[in-house]
Parts: sequence; structure tokens; C-alpha cells
Amino acid sequence: MKEFAPQGVVALENVAKTYANGTRALDPVSLTIREGEFVTLLGPSGCGKSTILKLIAGLVAPSSGRVRRWGAGPEAIGAPGRRLAMVFQSATLMPWARVAANVRLPLDLSGVPRSESDEMVRNALARVGLTEFEGSYPRELSGGMQMRASIARALVTQPDLLLMDEPFGALDEITRTRLDAELLGLWAGRRFTVVFVTHSIYEAVFLSQRVIVMSARPGRLLDDVAIDEPYPREEAFRVSQRFVEHARTLQSGLAAASREMGTRT
Amino acid sequence: MSEAEPEARRGALKQHIQRIAAPVAVALIVLVAWQALVTVYDVPRYIVPSPLVVLRALIDDWSLLWHSLLVTLKITLGAFALAVVLGTLTAFLFAQSRWLELSLFPYAVILQVTPIVAVAPLIIIWVHDTQLALVLCATIVAIFPVISNTTLGLRSVDPDLMNLMRMYNAGRWAVLWRVRVPSAAPYFFGALRISSGLALIGAVVAEFVAGTGAAGAGLAYQILQAGLQLNVPRLFAALIVLTLTGVALFGVMVWLSKAVLRKWHESELTAEMR
Repeated sequence: MKEFAPQGVVALENVAKTYANGTRALDPVSLTIREGEFVTLLGPSGCGKSTILKLIAGLVAPSSGRVRRWGAGPEAIGAPGRRLAMVFQSATLMPWARVAANVRLPLDLSGVPRSESDEMVRNALARVGLTEFEGSYPRELSGGMQMRASIARALVTQPDLLLMDEPFGALDEITRTRLDAELLGLWAGRRFTVVFVTHSIYEAVFLSQRVIVMSARPGRLLDDVAIDEPYPREEAFRVSQRFVEHARTLQSGLAAASREMGTRT
Repeated sequence: MSEAEPEARRGALKQHIQRIAAPVAVALIVLVAWQALVTVYDVPRYIVPSPLVVLRALIDDWSLLWHSLLVTLKITLGAFALAVVLGTLTAFLFAQSRWLELSLFPYAVILQVTPIVAVAPLIIIWVHDTQLALVLCATIVAIFPVISNTTLGLRSVDPDLMNLMRMYNAGRWAVLWRVRVPSAAPYFFGALRISSGLALIGAVVAEFVAGTGAAGAGLAYQILQAGLQLNVPRLFAALIVLTLTGVALFGVMVWLSKAVLRKWHESELTAEMR
């Protein structure tokens, strides 16, 4: 089993970020994410949701405060039990490489031999239902399938923490709801920790155990809402009374955020 | 999709025919009009030779022109190869360090904007081997598009793909080979199309300025001599050989680009794949 991490998988301690051009992306925030949790950051565009993900991923350094992953600094990433993966807003596949080669990229970069990686790539593709497309080029796939390939690439290293930055934001409603359900299926199988960013209230309610509501720039954490519903969540949950109640709670949190923004400007 | 297929194929075929037939038709019309005008107005051949006379010269002087073409081609290909190798290496250096690019790029621009006609005499003085001097002149003309396009391409990597590489701790070389080089390929092949033509122009211009000496006369020499001797039909014939060479070079570059990028890049997709 994984070792116990009392500080949580991710801990932000008074972390603030001001970019070099002077943009205050994030006012000091503190946040702890526990092992195996599905947490969603919900907020309007430009509220610093993506900045938080990049801070967790170590892609940007905090202007102040401290980011801990597994109780330590960036050096903690990559060891067994401390693997990190990220899915971006667009599929971010290499257009010149076939689907299988795209999925294999993280394994190639960490020096996994072909004899092992072939099997891992096949498994990852099977989990997202892309087995028969391993030899296709990304442009031959639909937007939803490209995103599935992107998820396969993230899952191929068996990550312990998966960061998702509005992964389905560019897809149509039907594809999005299907991928939401598929994602929950994948998560149920291997209970990795997920930090999911979205600006869709409905997506947040359907997916998460816990939703962090954020205000517009500079980003702050307004609310921490538990979506206390059992998994697996069926499609029927989307039209249930409970779902609507959760959505209303989040809606009022967001409305408060925008009202506050209105008074500030 | 299957219903639209025959239509798409018919569309592609039509496009193909248009691409060949339309320019050929223009050429035929111009040639016929040219022949008619020269015949009707009895224009002397030392001013404007008729197409048939030019064709005659092309056949009669073929061994002379062929020999000169080989000389020019050798200089062109030498310069082109040098421009591609040096230009690509320079671009790799620029892509590795913004600092290096900022300090050296202005000099690449200076090289580009200085007329080769003005620099050629210097190079002839410095480099004793005439052939080599001509190759160097033509290289200077041809190198800039390779440097600037390839540098741009190496920098045009999807930022999130770069983030991904950073997250997986990819080293400098891994980033270069796995991501930067493939991203630069379309830009690089675009540069080849421009650069191959410039190498030919550079080879001709340099020979105009420097001459080929004992090493053998290139096409520029033939054009110069034919002009001095008022042998206008041969001048036209040499020009045609030169033009066709340029077109052929361009064609090879287009083919090369298609062969490499066909599978994935938007620029080379056929109609039904779009």
C-alpha cells in the first residue's frame, strides 16, 4: 500500500502568484488535498485555477508561500507512489506521431525499455477504448478521441496524482458528459488523486467529492463544498433532486463571487 | 463520409487537371502569339527570335548548354547543401539560447541584405579557387531563409507540449529531437523551396561577376557571351535551360516536403483527408 501522508498529497501553504508582467493571478491561498480525493477547482475564467494546477505540477514557482507534494518539495515527484501526470485544455498530442507513440512518450522519457512499454501502452489505450486506433495519427481522430488519447498518455505511467486543466472544455456537451462518466470509471478502478479544473458547475457536481469555489482575479478560495454522494454515479444522478441542490449551492457561491467582483470594479 | 467520397475524388481530379492544364494553355497561347507577331512583323532574330528559332538553337547548341548547365548545377547544389547544413546548425544554436540568437541574428540579416554583387569581388580576392568562391557567394544568398525559418520552427512548439516535457524531466536533447525538430519540419521544408531557387540565382549572379575562369563556363557565361555576340537565340535557349532548372529544383523540394509531411501536416493533406 501507499505510505500514509498526513500532510495530504498536495499542500499549498499561503501560496500566492504574481506573474512577471505584474498580473496578480493568485492571492495567498492554503489548500490541502488528501490521498485518493477527487477535488474540483471551480471558478470563472481568469480566477487562477490553472495557476494552481501549474503550481502543483511545479511548472511555475510560487511568488510566496510553499507548495508541498507528498510532504516535500519538487524533488518528491517521480518516485514510485509519487507519480504526477497532467491533462491540458487541448489534447496536446504530437501531430507527427501515431497515437501509440504519443501515449508512449512519458515512458520513453523515463527510459522504460520497449519490451515493457509496449504492454503498458496497450493497456492504457484499452482503458480509454482506443485499442484499434493505436496506429492512427491524431488528426484522424475526433476531438473526443484525441482527448481520450491524451488521458491514456497521462495514465500510462500509473500516476498517483492526476491534474486536469479543463480537459473537456472544448468538446461538445454529449462527448463531454460521456468522457466525464468514463473518467469516473477510470478513477474508480485505481483511486488516484485527481485535481480537476472546470468552469462548469454541472461537471463539478457530477465528478467531485469536493469542490473548491474560486473568485475571479486575483484568485482566492471562497468556499469548500463537499459533494457527499456515493460512487459510482449514474447518468440518472445528473437529473436528480440532490444534483440540483448541490448545483444551487455552488451557483450561489459563484454568484457571490461575481457580485463581490462587481463592487470592487 | 462514404457518400461524399466519389465527389471528393472527382473534385481532386478536377483540381489536378486545372493545375496542369491552365498554365500549359497560357504557355501555348503566348508561344503561338509570339511566333505570329515575329513572323508578321518580320522582327530580326537578333532582336526577338521566334520560338521555333529558339528551339533550333536549343537543339543545335545543346552540348554546349548541357555542359554549362552541369557547371552551374554543381555550384548551385554545392551552395544549397552548404546553406542547408550551416543554416540548420545556426538555427539549432539560436534555438538553444535566446542570448546567442539576439547577439548573432542581426549579422545574419546583414548578410541577407548586402547585395551579393557587391560582396562577390571580395570573396574572389580572398578565395583563390574560383569554383569555391562561386559556391561561397551562392551560399550567402541561399542561407538566410534556412536560418530564419528553421529558428522560427524550432521555437514554434506547442507551449503545453513543452510543459509536458518539463513535467517528465525531459533533457535538452530529448526536447530537441522529440519535439523541436518535428515542429520545425514544415518551416524547414518551406525554407528549402525558397533557398534552392536562391542558390541557383546566387550561382548565376556570382558567375556574372566573377566568371568561371579555366574551370569551365556556366550558364551565366553563355548568356553573357551570347549577348555580346548578339546571338539572341542562344541567349534565349540558355535562359530557358536556366528557368527549367529552377522549376525542377522547386519541384524536387515540393516532392520532398510532401514525402515527409504527407502523413500529418495540414499543408500536405489531400482534398479528401481535410
